[in-house]
Amino acid sequence: MHIMEGFLPHPWWEIWFGLSLPVVAYGVYRMNKMIKDSRETLPLLAVAGAFVFVLSSLKLPSVTGSCSHPTGTGMGAILFGPWITSVLAVIVLVYQAVFLAHGGLTTLGANTFSMGIAGPTVGYLVYKAATKARLHLYLSVFLAATLADWATYLVTSIQLALAFPSATGTITSFEAFAAVFAITQIPLAIVEGVVTALMFKYIVALRSDVLLRMNVVTQSTIKRLKEAMS
Amino acid sequence: MKRGFGIKLEHIALAVIGLFIATFLAVSSSGNHEWSGADSQAENVISQITGGTYVPWFSSIYQPPSGEIESLLFALQAAIGSLIIGYFLGYYRAVENAKKDNSARKREG
Repeated sequence: MHIMEGFLPHPWWEIWFGLSLPVVAYGVYRMNKMIKDSRETLPLLAVAGAFVFVLSSLKLPSVTGSCSHPTGTGMGAILFGPWITSVLAVIVLVYQAVFLAHGGLTTLGANTFSMGIAGPTVGYLVYKAATKARLHLYLSVFLAATLADWATYLVTSIQLALAFPSATGTITSFEAFAAVFAITQIPLAIVEGVVTALMFKYIVALRSDVLLRMNVVTQSTIKRLKEAMS
Repeated sequence: MKRGFGIKLEHIALAVIGLFIATFLAVSSSGNHEWSGADSQAENVISQITGGTYVPWFSSIYQPPSGEIESLLFALQAAIGSLIIGYFLGYYRAVENAKKDNSARKREG
């Protein structure tokens, strides 16, 4: 979903920077506060960040005959919400822009918005809605991570369509970009959802106490899952 | 998941990944595909829409000098991530086991 270096013209690259910067700044504030207030969340934060690192490094082949990569941000969104997840995404995006010529510094604002803000926000809302609807916990995680991944690529398509409207308008342009990104991404998003659910299961098994304190899951859900496990 | 039927989340994950690989094999055996990155395909769409007039106004400050070095850096990224995940999950697991051992010993003693 990375928009390549230099591929967003004025004024779009500035606009996306303007939208992303305050979110990431507030995310840094929230992250510092969380670490200070509850030290025990730090390892989980590291795991969520590392999860983004691993998943976004894997370029996977898809049904369309091209390759793309998952985002890994759904996990962070479920655990810590979109504010903090945006910071995790920026770290990865900067690494890839500086060392790998993947994405770019001028498009960092736009890429942060799609991968670090829009995707995680969708994931967070889906998780909240799914748990509220009393879906199984792992199914909720699956839906949240899958849709967070997919939404990221839809937003990238929108960003490119806005910057490069075709002769017949922004909508046809969006269709052209979505044909590249959104369809390629469907199987990848599903794999990401399943892997995230699995990862979540292990975190529940080991540190359900921290999840409870962070209000990610409820006591009754944990009790049900633990009973099922034993 | 559905414990009563003995299906675990791990089984579902394996099945989905298996299906993913099968799809790849099916697609790659049916015709020629470039398997290029979706990002660079988007570049093609841009040049189609603009009639090839768009010139990127900024280029990457550093380009990995070869495909090998690029994959090295990608592998490094994955390795760092897996290391951190493995470290903490392993650490928690050991703490959990030590707690169980401790309480078992207390009951005996």
